[in-house]
Amino acid sequence: MANYKDIINSCREKRGGIIEAFHALQAEYNYIPQDALVEAARVFGVSEAQAYGVATFYSYLSVENRGKYIIRMCESAPCHVAGADAVIRAIENYLDIKVGETTADGKFTIELCECIGQCQATPVITINSQPVFNVTPEKVPEILDACK
Amino acid sequence: MISLTIDGREIQVPRGTTLLTACRQAGADIPTLCYDPDLRLAGSCRMCVVEVKGRRNLVAGCVTPAENNMVVETESPDVVESRKIILELLLARHKLTCHTCESDGSCKLQDYCYRYGVTDSRFTGEFHDGPHFSKEDANPFIKRDYDKCIMCTRCVRACEEITGAQAINVMNRGHHAKIATIFDGNLEDSPCVFCGQCIMVCPVGALTSKVAAGKGKSYQTEKVLTTCTYCGTGCTLELNVKDDKVVGVTSVRDENWSPVNRGALCVKGRFGWDFINSSDRLTTPLIRENGELRPASWDEALDFTAAKIKEIKGEHGPDSLAMFSSARVTNEENYLAQKLMRAAIGTNNVDHCARL
Amino acid sequence: MAEELRVLLQYADQINPESADDYVKVGGYKGLEKARSMDRKALIDEVKKSGLRGRGGAGFNAGMKWSFVPQDAPIKYVVCNLDEGEPGTYKDRIICEKNAQALLEGMAICGTAISSKQGYIYCRGEYPFVVELLKNAIKSAKASGALGDFDIEVRMGAGAYVCGEETALIESIEGHRGEPRFKPPFPGVEGLWAAPTVVNNVETFACLPNILANGAEWFAGIGATRYPGTKIVTLTGDIENATYFEVPTNVTLRDVIFTLGGGVKNGKKFKAVQVGGTSGAFIPEQNLDTQIDFDSMGSIGAALGSGAVFVLDETRDIVDVVTRISKFFEHESCGKCNPCREGTFRLREIMEKVNAGRGTTQDMDNLLLLSKVMQKAALCGLGQAAPIPIESTIKHFRYEYLRKI
Repeated sequence: MANYKDIINSCREKRGGIIEAFHALQAEYNYIPQDALVEAARVFGVSEAQAYGVATFYSYLSVENRGKYIIRMCESAPCHVAGADAVIRAIENYLDIKVGETTADGKFTIELCECIGQCQATPVITINSQPVFNVTPEKVPEILDACK
Repeated sequence: MISLTIDGREIQVPRGTTLLTACRQAGADIPTLCYDPDLRLAGSCRMCVVEVKGRRNLVAGCVTPAENNMVVETESPDVVESRKIILELLLARHKLTCHTCESDGSCKLQDYCYRYGVTDSRFTGEFHDGPHFSKEDANPFIKRDYDKCIMCTRCVRACEEITGAQAINVMNRGHHAKIATIFDGNLEDSPCVFCGQCIMVCPVGALTSKVAAGKGKSYQTEKVLTTCTYCGTGCTLELNVKDDKVVGVTSVRDENWSPVNRGALCVKGRFGWDFINSSDRLTTPLIRENGELRPASWDEALDFTAAKIKEIKGEHGPDSLAMFSSARVTNEENYLAQKLMRAAIGTNNVDHCARL
Repeated sequence: MAEELRVLLQYADQINPESADDYVKVGGYKGLEKARSMDRKALIDEVKKSGLRGRGGAGFNAGMKWSFVPQDAPIKYVVCNLDEGEPGTYKDRIICEKNAQALLEGMAICGTAISSKQGYIYCRGEYPFVVELLKNAIKSAKASGALGDFDIEVRMGAGAYVCGEETALIESIEGHRGEPRFKPPFPGVEGLWAAPTVVNNVETFACLPNILANGAEWFAGIGATRYPGTKIVTLTGDIENATYFEVPTNVTLRDVIFTLGGGVKNGKKFKAVQVGGTSGAFIPEQNLDTQIDFDSMGSIGAALGSGAVFVLDETRDIVDVVTRISKFFEHESCGKCNPCREGTFRLREIMEKVNAGRGTTQDMDNLLLLSKVMQKAALCGLGQAAPIPIESTIKHFRYEYLRKI
């Protein structure tokens, strides 16, 4: 695993680039570890409280540990009318966790999100930012089983 | 100079003047919650909205520049309606415990609800509870009750711009947004220096002094302007006096009254006043005899000390003596202290408690 | 009979969007060349004359926006808004995936007009693959020399709809919470890092190469007179052809839905359409013969917005859909100003109550009152627009609410 300091340093040349650093940290850890948050505040010259304020503002960023696969279910209106509610219930049932929770084995986290701009193929979920199109409750087991 | 009409009255103001300033100059009483003349503008509470002829939306007076020939109404039906609804929205999330609130009587939310006749909120909803923001913080000085917070962010700006501690910021967003330190922890684990500037700028009862809690509401105390005795900086503060006892300290932000600190204090000045009426406080000199302290008069104590100094000097020479002066006394008194050591006793052994 | 008119997407799937060479082969970077041969004022006048208006939703004349930038400022920025957060909208992604070089060229044209050497593309966090595509496209354009000394950096958003608002977007590039600033000062005078900044939408920038290459008059002659050019619309919901189309701006909504879109899905009847994204008004059948251009849509109390077209069939429960939309705004409010932070929360609360059959007519009055105050007093466009779906459906589909009360 890459050192969080190296990850943050790789972004330090970008002016105001703390959000870029947070993205880079999440690519490695799936969340922003506390030590890394403190270090990012230092490197980008903002207060720790401000860095925490930024990290908790954006829904893509998380200050809590998450699973290896982050499943985000779009629940904006186009996906809603295409049956997003049934899909999210199917995912919850299959993984036996609720939205916002992580499976005991640390493999999956379910989150709700707003439109991800793939509305030609609703309902849509993303798994670690990769969109999966035209999801139905029936397809859920197959999709999740493919995550090794 | 530009001229504009406010509530039917034509006034002239320099270019660059905000509508808020212009309106106040024209005699209009504009309510504000997030506005603070010493802090950078937020434009977020929207209480200072006014109606400008020709504009589709209302504008926030605090951040809108006055323009030539503007026609402004400060209490039009739309303005009053918006202010009332904003107050109702704030009330709906506000813990309404005014009867026990430290800020009762000095609360802007209370004042404006009174002014606009907002007795109740139609937006309390089915689940009056809503999200809870209360915060237990075990520090001895600052009580943080975010169930009363109106998210004006004056505390955040004061912490950054007046004190420079940057201990707090806004975390989360939308209705879940709240004021927090890093990791939403306690102030003690943050860069907070407990200066209490956040309490000073808080327009409601979200931030209050734990030291003054329960000892008297603002309107029950007499304010006595004085100078802080803790150090030589000479900050102006206000002793809050009730029944001849000091029950709290507040500060005055007016530069004319508080030229040194303009209201800013440190932890000692704002919170360290409970010694005044403390039963532990020494009220006479004490002399130790046979291992026991006994009260003495000032004359006796001074005579005793002078005799001892003479005795030591005679036996061991003047350099066997030293004086530690204090930051709590004035420059003049410190001058006299070193004069006493150098001229009367004959030693340069003079130092200061701050170097201990 | 409505037909597509492909200008921005003329060479879709025929060229590699990352490759500057491919783009040059189909006439790319001619517009920039022309722009560089012009004097700054003449260039801005040309863009003004074309009538190009912002495609992000505000519909402001692009050349006019540029003309506010003070000439004497030492540093200026060109910022591209690729936040595309409006649910049901994906046209900016399509432009990047089909014709990314046109975006880069458009930004460089703007850079020439305001004499800026640095551009930023703020791409939403939901499009990491577009970020990669754009980085490669920039690399290719730089290597080919097409961009000259104009540099472009891609920054990634992180899941905040409000960052589509230009000042919130600027705050986010600066590494802050994406909270909108009050205006004035406008970004054109004081924007990114307090320097004059032009923020335009992807589609606006992508229109520029053709405007310069073919002339302002050519562009002004396409589509609606007061909002000329083409518009990419994305069709979602209960529609046969759930895809995107590039159309001249004088087509009617009815043609978009029933001709290009193939009509309502599964032969059902039409109930309503929401245009411009989730903050748009719901439009009933009787208004479908309206042109999609900015002003025509405005005349029926709607907005073209981002060009999203969200169709609902006769079986849909409008109150349920609007309840869902109210949840969206509660989730996306930044929380800075009181009317929006508290208002979106209460709108959602009341909508849920009504949707669950526990509402009263008093609740509907409260919805309308709150809607009015939010539109009048909120700090930014999000809070001002959030109540529009509720207000428009209470106006046009009141019976659906009353049925649940």
